[in-house]
Amino acid sequence: MTVISEFIGKSARENVQSAILKARESEDFNAILSYSEERALERADKVDSGEITGRLAGVPFIAKDNFLTLGAPTTASSNFLKDFQAPLQATAIEKLEAEGAICIAKANLDAFAHGGSTENSAYGPTKNAYNKEHVAGGSSGGSAVVVALGIVPFALGTDTGGSIRQPASFNNVVGIKPTYGTVSRYGVVAMASSTDTIGVLTSSVEDAETVMGILSGKDTKDMTTLPDFFTPQTLDSPKKIGLIKEFMDEGVDPEVKAATERYVEVLKQKGHVVEEVSMSLLKYALAIYYIVVPAEISSNLGRYDGIRYGNRAEASSLGEVYGLSRDHGFMPENKRRIMIGSYVLSSGFFDAYYLQAQKARTLLVNEFNALFENYDALIGPVAPTPAFKLGENTSDPVKMYLADIMTVPASLAGLPAISVPAGLSEAGLPIGVQLIGARKSDSLLMAIAKEVQ
Amino acid sequence: MTQISTDDVQHLAQLSSLQLDEGEVESLRTDLENIVGYIEQLSELDTTGVEPTYQVTDLQNVWRDDAVDDYGISKDDLLALAPAAEAHQIKVPKVL
Repeated sequence: MTVISEFIGKSARENVQSAILKARESEDFNAILSYSEERALERADKVDSGEITGRLAGVPFIAKDNFLTLGAPTTASSNFLKDFQAPLQATAIEKLEAEGAICIAKANLDAFAHGGSTENSAYGPTKNAYNKEHVAGGSSGGSAVVVALGIVPFALGTDTGGSIRQPASFNNVVGIKPTYGTVSRYGVVAMASSTDTIGVLTSSVEDAETVMGILSGKDTKDMTTLPDFFTPQTLDSPKKIGLIKEFMDEGVDPEVKAATERYVEVLKQKGHVVEEVSMSLLKYALAIYYIVVPAEISSNLGRYDGIRYGNRAEASSLGEVYGLSRDHGFMPENKRRIMIGSYVLSSGFFDAYYLQAQKARTLLVNEFNALFENYDALIGPVAPTPAFKLGENTSDPVKMYLADIMTVPASLAGLPAISVPAGLSEAGLPIGVQLIGARKSDSLLMAIAKEVQ
Repeated sequence: MTQISTDDVQHLAQLSSLQLDEGEVESLRTDLENIVGYIEQLSELDTTGVEPTYQVTDLQNVWRDDAVDDYGISKDDLLALAPAAEAHQIKVPKVL
């Protein structure tokens, strides 16, 4: 893997060329959908001539293909946006470019970020960086793999229910899902607006701090953004950390539990206090998530109608244009989520599903808040198992959803949560540990992780 | 457990503006039934008197000036994205 400092002060053109070369040599992982080589080299030359400067001058990175960027299509890994050339760039991309960073390519994802394995991509699955027979995780699977393979020092991802943390854990990289509202989502393909966040995947926590420091802050184009609160820190006193009991029960892979326990031991050796805590609402978190999120998806994806942009199906009536464009443009998982959303929002079912879920969400938030009165952070695994085999869960959507069971709780409550490497299984597959904090405690979580890495 | 029929699937598809291929209906029916079977466990949770949480920002009423901002994109840029456009307007099949 590579770190940002290796690219600073070097020829930007050579940085870009060598990263693209490395990416092309790794195409069998199917982590990359397109390159923005021409634009990247133009920008590199401007860095080399001194016209572009900044903290990341000449550092190449890769964006998940649901960020609007210039110089390459933005497909969201869907057929609907197969040839879509964005007329503008996401605020996150603009902020990185303002510091001299160079986007060289777009990474594969589950179409519209719906999934936990990158197998729902219209352009084929991404393979795990440690074993090509296993999934990369998802939905930011491509972003995790390009960092794990050392192609770029950082990649952008989005995390709505675990889509940065879970692929980070499956590929042995650091994954940051910030407090809801930390980073502007303007110019990023919307999934579920009440939990969508933007974050970064890196090989070191320090690099994640650097990138989050640049991305954070208020943007008038995204009214949910918070004033910038992110400042990297180091710990000046021992912390009290709660080990989530429900994340360590008998359903969890023994090697995942053992890796988490080893991480907890290191924390204790560093002087931190780790105690077991219990959360009675966690068993409902996945059900809450798969009501609230499809409801928001069904609404957000209403915009894909084949009229203003994207692929339009040939049809003689307007109704057929909508219906066929959407049927052809969406993957099966997109359709499942849209239809579940329509189901839980439809008259007669609204109170029993959607309203009940949002009330249950309040109880979950309250349970987190109560714990953060006594604990600085919570810890547990990122996922119940290491990366599963390609195709293993594709025939059973509920089984696939269960891979999100440990990541959705923090998303529903808008809390920061990070995934950090915690070793390999006997079969050589990475395992990640998750740190969850109170709102705006992002830098504290990273400070704890820095002590252990 | 809630049963989902093929008619239910077609109704949901209609609500979702999805013109499904016949071959998709049965597999979607099974999947939706399994998903609903999972999420309906939430009914066992007592939420009497609990207020719903629709957002987690703590922000309220974020205002901006009522001023036109084109975000740096021209009308022509946007029209160029449309599958069909004519005379500065997006062209669609006959509505009525």
